[in-house]
Amino acid sequence: MSLQSWGMYPLVENTIIEFQSQKELAEKLALADELIPYGNGRSYGDSALNDTLVHTRPYDYFLDFDESTGILHVQAGVLLSEILEASVKRGWFLKVTPGTKLISVGGAIASDIHGKNHHIEGCFSECVEEFSIMLADGQIQTVKKGEELFLATCGGMGLTGVILTAKISLKKINSQFINQTTIKTKNLKETFAAFEEYKKDPYSVAWIDCLAKDENIGKSLLMVGDFADDGDLRYKPKSKLNIPFNFPSFALNTLSVKAFNWLYYWKSKDGVSKQKVHFDSFFYPLDSIRNWNRIYGKNGFTQYQFILPKESSFDGLERILDKISKSGKGSFLAVLKLYGKENANYLSFPIEGYSLALDFKIEDGLFELLDELDEIVVECGGRIYLTKDVRVSKETFELGYERVETFRAFRKKHNMSEKFNSLQSKRLGL
Amino acid sequence: MSYVLIVGAKSDIAKEVARVYAKNGYNLYLGARKADELEEFKTDLEVRSAISVELIELDITAYETHQSIYENLNEKPLGVIVVSGYMTEQHKAQKEWNETLQTINVNYTGAVSLLNIIANDFEEEKRGFIVGVSSVAGDRGRKTNYIYGSAKAAFSAYLSGLRNRLCESSVSVLTVKPGFVNTKMTEGLALPEKLTAQPAEVAQDIYNAQQASKNTLYTKWIWRYIMLIITHIPEFIFKKLSI
Repeated sequence: MSLQSWGMYPLVENTIIEFQSQKELAEKLALADELIPYGNGRSYGDSALNDTLVHTRPYDYFLDFDESTGILHVQAGVLLSEILEASVKRGWFLKVTPGTKLISVGGAIASDIHGKNHHIEGCFSECVEEFSIMLADGQIQTVKKGEELFLATCGGMGLTGVILTAKISLKKINSQFINQTTIKTKNLKETFAAFEEYKKDPYSVAWIDCLAKDENIGKSLLMVGDFADDGDLRYKPKSKLNIPFNFPSFALNTLSVKAFNWLYYWKSKDGVSKQKVHFDSFFYPLDSIRNWNRIYGKNGFTQYQFILPKESSFDGLERILDKISKSGKGSFLAVLKLYGKENANYLSFPIEGYSLALDFKIEDGLFELLDELDEIVVECGGRIYLTKDVRVSKETFELGYERVETFRAFRKKHNMSEKFNSLQSKRLGL
Repeated sequence: MSYVLIVGAKSDIAKEVARVYAKNGYNLYLGARKADELEEFKTDLEVRSAISVELIELDITAYETHQSIYENLNEKPLGVIVVSGYMTEQHKAQKEWNETLQTINVNYTGAVSLLNIIANDFEEEKRGFIVGVSSVAGDRGRKTNYIYGSAKAAFSAYLSGLRNRLCESSVSVLTVKPGFVNTKMTEGLALPEKLTAQPAEVAQDIYNAQQASKNTLYTKWIWRYIMLIITHIPEFIFKKLSI
């Protein structure tokens, strides 16, 4: 059996290394030529794929939880969902969480993931107090905030070593519910204005209809919110719906996308409305459908996510949305978000500005379209998110990430370039 | 909250079972040989679920120790889940008597020794549940696996009788018959993906079935029907098959 990425493209055969102890891992690491850590397989593209994978998901013990400080110590294979199962009923929540809770802690660090509160709390690395990592020579190092290895590993796509354990700090909550405000906007200008207006709310994200045309381009539902204060922490995760097989790929035609977008656009009344929703549906709407990636059919799909600096965001987004809308290659999901300040990590994705994420099923002509979109992203001074990517060119990538040479030099200096590689790192010459 | 005793706690299935019961608020006795090796796992359960875990040194084939081990538990458990199992390769068991004996003793004799003691207590208390992890291999003997299978068959029959006896004492007995499960025990075997369960799935199935006081659980569920077919093939045909 081989492990695949969430986009189910490309499909590759691989050898899987598992380990019960650090000693066992060190021995197996010494014998392998080249490998890449693989957590729970939720990165979309080829960033965790290669001929040999270190499967870290089974390395999943909780080590300690200090309820006075909220510091949790876990092995890297633990999923964020498992953390929530343990922490919510005790009144603690993740400081930073992405749109799925089905990722491992190791993956969260390697991708330096971000969430709906990036404009307030920053990336996942902000809540990482320290982590331990096995380097290319099998040595284990404990790494603290600010150290070079910290800057290289957070967002470093698993290319510095195998993350083993991490201490992360959680935040206090007093409810499992979110008070949500939904703002309906008619176009991109209104959407941007709404983001600015609701900037102080800790969580915000917009669902954008990317098939809207002309004066409707950028019409969205902006959802902002914060935890309620009702003391209800009786969290019981719901069971999941399963999509047991791949949908035929025509299931995702323009019509179904239109219907989906229409639903999201019209479910809220005119203007502003308020709801109280569970954190699971607020943060993780798609997690309730296990294997939702199969909806794109057996050819797989990719998510195109880019970010543009604030000053060029409006023009850039308008051009990109226009191109997508004209291409007719609809996205099932389009998510727009305003981000806060950039951090110091070498390859972390976020910069201050607007990011858009769209899903595309893999089909003829898609990569040509994405190359055209890349050109606009580059012109605007933006960058592509490696965790989602499966096809970006080395040139586009390098133009987006100004610290890439620091990262390369660091890898070389510590003999990481030979041992740790993914299909993506080879494509990008990392 | 009450304690549940898990026997054979080092197996992949047992560990997932422990996590499910812990998640649902049960305290745990984890019984295994060299139980101290479970120290990190004990911490994992306690940190995740804020419950108490006690490690119990228990050898399922050391029959003479079973009575005192059970009597020494601080608080008698509400339920017991026997997961211990031993599966060797058929050709090895055919040739080496010790392998055959070990297979019978771990899968059957040892489980019976322990459950006799616990059943008597539960019967008297008129409460409790017993879960025994048997196998689909016990439903019909096949040339590829019949020594293991026959020990599991005996265990299934034992559980069936126990269920019959304890019914009037309100003690539930669940026979679990897993098909293929992706564990250390089956590592290296080429298992068909669609018929193979993950240990966590099996554990959740066990918990649900036990809570609902079910009698027999096949996991994955499809194995009930696969075995229905296999047990109905006439013997004069079956003896010629290689399955």
